[in-house]
Amino acid sequence: MEQEFDAIVVGAGPAGSACAYKLANAGLQVLVIDRGKFVGAKNMWGGAFYGGDLLNLLPNFCEEAPFERYVTRQKISFLTEEDCLSVDFASPKFKEPAPHGFVMLRSKFDRWFADKAQEAGAVVAPGLGADDLLWDGSRVVGVKAGSDELPASVVVACDGANSGMAQKAGLQKELSSEDMKQGVKEVIELSEEIIEQRFGLSGKEGIAWEFVGSCTQGLPGGGFIYTNKDSLSVGIVVQLDALVKRKVQANDLLEGFKSHPEVARVIEGGKLVEYSAHLIPVSGINMMPELSRDGFLVAGDAAALVLGTGLILEGANFAVASGIAAAETVIEAKERGDFSNESLSMYRRLLEDSYVLKDLRTFRKAPHFLENPHIYNLYPELACDVARRVFIGDGQPRKTTWDNVRDSLKGRASLLQILPDLWQGKGAI
Amino acid sequence: MKVISVEDKLSVNKFDIDKDVHIRIAEDICQTCNHHACIYVCPASCYKLSDGGITFSYEGCLECGSCNIACDKGAIDWTLPRPGFGICYQYG
Ligand SMILES: Cc1cc2nc3c(=O)[nH]c(=O)nc-3n(C[C@H](O)[C@H](O)[C@H](O)COP(=O)(O)OP(=O)(O)OC[C@H]3O[C@@H](n4cnc5c(N)ncnc54)[C@H](O)[C@@H]3O)c2cc1C
Ligand code: SF4
Ligand code: SF4
Repeated sequence: MEQEFDAIVVGAGPAGSACAYKLANAGLQVLVIDRGKFVGAKNMWGGAFYGGDLLNLLPNFCEEAPFERYVTRQKISFLTEEDCLSVDFASPKFKEPAPHGFVMLRSKFDRWFADKAQEAGAVVAPGLGADDLLWDGSRVVGVKAGSDELPASVVVACDGANSGMAQKAGLQKELSSEDMKQGVKEVIELSEEIIEQRFGLSGKEGIAWEFVGSCTQGLPGGGFIYTNKDSLSVGIVVQLDALVKRKVQANDLLEGFKSHPEVARVIEGGKLVEYSAHLIPVSGINMMPELSRDGFLVAGDAAALVLGTGLILEGANFAVASGIAAAETVIEAKERGDFSNESLSMYRRLLEDSYVLKDLRTFRKAPHFLENPHIYNLYPELACDVARRVFIGDGQPRKTTWDNVRDSLKGRASLLQILPDLWQGKGAI
Repeated sequence: MKVISVEDKLSVNKFDIDKDVHIRIAEDICQTCNHHACIYVCPASCYKLSDGGITFSYEGCLECGSCNIACDKGAIDWTLPRPGFGICYQYG
């Protein structure tokens, strides 16, 4: 490739494609490289995309995008070995005024999104991976990909959770297993009719279902089920260092999760069509690297822009929002003809002013709070035990709910154990 | 319910396996390792215990990076497969 690009975007996940789309639309020369055989080949997630960023960026998103279903129900369940206590939230607000969430499979979606960037004028090159950065003194001036040296005014690293580029730029330190969760997932094929019948859905309605409790055997993390059109995404997310301490593999947790009566019921008769795994950076702002240097920006998971509050785990919307902010920064830098760190510091300001860094700051204590094992064993057990006492009579005179709670607590935990959790949780989630 | 092994799960995936091995381990370091973290963190069971040491096979690697982060003994020479090779998710 002879041409000098204004920007090279490394990685065509949601961050990279959003950035490239925006840059190409503004008329900049942009090259996107991705190490997958095709775009999306390396990517997996839960998952659902939340919020309006894609709708704002891509006007015909609802008509054109290959999403599986809308999110029209959001469910969270607390599990013990046998029991399941759920909050099942449905609201017309999920659809109006605009759809709030989209269940998607990444291999299809990422390819489509990169095609959109290409239509807008970006050069998209799958099968090309960045091995290193090109330097002029302390300024990044391009990337090395195999035998190619690709020069550019600015490199935007959107290379995901294991970002080699942010490390090579000297911005991200070595990753630690305390800062990472591992996700493993099965895609289980089932007919559209069976899915709609089992989950009470119709048309393009879909469910995002999170689980906390016995599914991770008390380890920090959770389970999930998302309804695709004619398959289910069923998986576990678990703290990486906890697997080592407990000497268990995530797949063992996944098998246990699938055998829980409430889960077994909905996947019954399904056919496994894919098994996948990926890391998630989960320490939020506590692990976020510097976001720029001369000729270089970092976006999405590569910058650890992921929000985990225990009830939600979102990264794709943060990736898109940061990819767009990076593009806006590069567009202005190009107008000024100045790609120095100072000029690129606009990126950080844009993120500080948007939900991206505001949310990560609001929930900065959440990652530490979520390490508390009580969340994964004591509280799901308590919740299910109280429900059992309230709903299942044993022929004895009834007790008030408050007395049931007290009886449930007996032998399990004292108020002295619980109060600090409540206190910490108040400021964290 | 029948428990499905990692090997059986990987067999439904699409891989373009490269002839180049992209991860190598220093078996002598593993012989003296006191935690074998790699075994527990690898979602593809690429690491196996044998005679107190570790054997590694790269073919089923899902390229997650967990082993490289969890091994604190510097025993893993970790890279990703060459672009275009390795796991090829059809769903994701
Ligand atoms: C199990 C699991 C469940 C999740 N669930 C959700 C969810 O429900 N909702 C949500 O919003 N988020 C979810 N997330 C998080 C979300 O997937 C990520 O935050 C999001 O994908 C980040 O996007 P990205 O573009 O930064 O990185 P990625 O999507 O990881 O994309 C990185 C891209 O870079 C490419 N690449 C990497 N290195 C190189 C290189 N050297 N050269 C060229 N290309 C390279 C890769 O091939 C890849 O295409 C989940 C994550 C996991 C693992
Ligand atoms: S690879 Fe690392 S963690 Fe695994 S046995 Fe060897 S030294 Fe231990
Ligand atoms: S990168 Fe992931 S899948 Fe590959 S060997 Fe390491 S832990 Fe296993």
